[in-house]
Amino acid sequence: MQDFAESFGLAFRLLASGDADLLEIIALSLRVSLTALLAAAAVGLAAGATLAVARFPGRTAVVVIVNSCMGLPPVVVGLVIYMLLSNAGPLGFMGLLYTPTAMIIAQSVLILPIITALSRQVIEDLHNEYAEQFRSLCVPGHRAVAELLWDARYSLLTVLLAGLGRAMAEVGAVIIVGGNIDHLTRVMTTAIALETSKGDLALALALGVVLLSIALAINVGVMGLNATAKRQAYA
Amino acid sequence: MPTGGQLPIEARGLTYEAGGQRLVDGVDLTLAGAGITVVMGPNGAGKSLLLRLLHGLLAPAAGSVTCAGRPQGEEVRRRQAMVFQKPVLLRRSVAANIDFVLGLRDGRDAGRRDELLEFAGLTGHAAKPARLLSGGEQQRLALARALATRPEVLFMDEPTASLDPASTLRIEEIACAVRDQGTKIVFITHDMGQARRLAEDVVFMHRGRVLEHAGAAAFFARPASPEAAGYMAGRIVL
Repeated sequence: MQDFAESFGLAFRLLASGDADLLEIIALSLRVSLTALLAAAAVGLAAGATLAVARFPGRTAVVVIVNSCMGLPPVVVGLVIYMLLSNAGPLGFMGLLYTPTAMIIAQSVLILPIITALSRQVIEDLHNEYAEQFRSLCVPGHRAVAELLWDARYSLLTVLLAGLGRAMAEVGAVIIVGGNIDHLTRVMTTAIALETSKGDLALALALGVVLLSIALAINVGVMGLNATAKRQAYA
Repeated sequence: MPTGGQLPIEARGLTYEAGGQRLVDGVDLTLAGAGITVVMGPNGAGKSLLLRLLHGLLAPAAGSVTCAGRPQGEEVRRRQAMVFQKPVLLRRSVAANIDFVLGLRDGRDAGRRDELLEFAGLTGHAAKPARLLSGGEQQRLALARALATRPEVLFMDEPTASLDPASTLRIEEIACAVRDQGTKIVFITHDMGQARRLAEDVVFMHRGRVLEHAGAAAFFARPASPEAAGYMAGRIVL
């Protein structure tokens, strides 16, 4: 319990003091996770919407596979990407291993199925409502996908939040492909793992409190936006 | 509005099945005249399915639909529109709902949008979220949006089923104005008074079959089938 009390105080002091190392770790965590989110969203939302609207043989199997991939083990993803990016791997020539880019790739791969699967469900529900109207108006498939994405935008924010949460909380993959190198690839979760292994539980918990606070702030912002949209009947 | 260049609408042997049941059963029907055709019949008779089949929203198990000799398909459907019992409105403003359809056809045109909103009695609501409109206003917006396609044939599936008398009257006035501009309307209703006010001809359906298709005056004066007579007399028709 002493550790808990101490850690909250330490977290506050670290933030209040503007500790340069901490700010650097926070900045890198946000940069890696938000970039991974952007990349996964660009592919995942389009893939989810297409999967929601399109009908083709084997579609159910694809949906099942995508849904199953939501539970991809981060360590396995990290290992596969490590093998791809290592000098002996097919992408080794790019020299990306132990860089933030490798961490972004790993997090993107991890959250892509989450964004695809959840957005497919959200958009399929909306498509069930719009399908006859769109067919009556002869709305082309690509246009239907775009309109559905736009009309589901507030629900999709929650999907993106789920993806961001997974990315920010992830440690197994980024520690393998990033290496937890100080001032280069150290993010909140890998720093927490390091401090825990060193026995500095108070600092590890303090970093955890900061991580939770960031996640909380982002959630509050998005949920507020969602509530406003619902009040105005756009959601 | 255009004249009815899609007439006659002809269904031949039109059949639709679902869950092992034949819900529309070999319908032969020719809608050749302009004006408003009212489709009547008890619940489950297959009226809504018939409208969807005629509009090409459902693929028949057997039979065919042609409009002016052309088989029903996207090219034909682009010159038709449908208003559903429950209006399906996009989650955006009233104006944006109209703009969406204008963008699909003639291109966005603020003047045309305002004209449609005025026609539907929605001037002043343009910036409102569509889903905050009253039920009657929502249905008028759905109607205005359908008219944005400049349809030659307009299918209306019980558009006034859940509306109050004043809203019902507004929809009827708009439907009559659209008819007067030359659009063929196929209109489903259970409301006998509404059918009498609107119909040039009446199609009566029962258990997936068309039992009667007659001019409105003749139908209301002397329905030919006992089912239609019973339905009009308010008896339970099973």
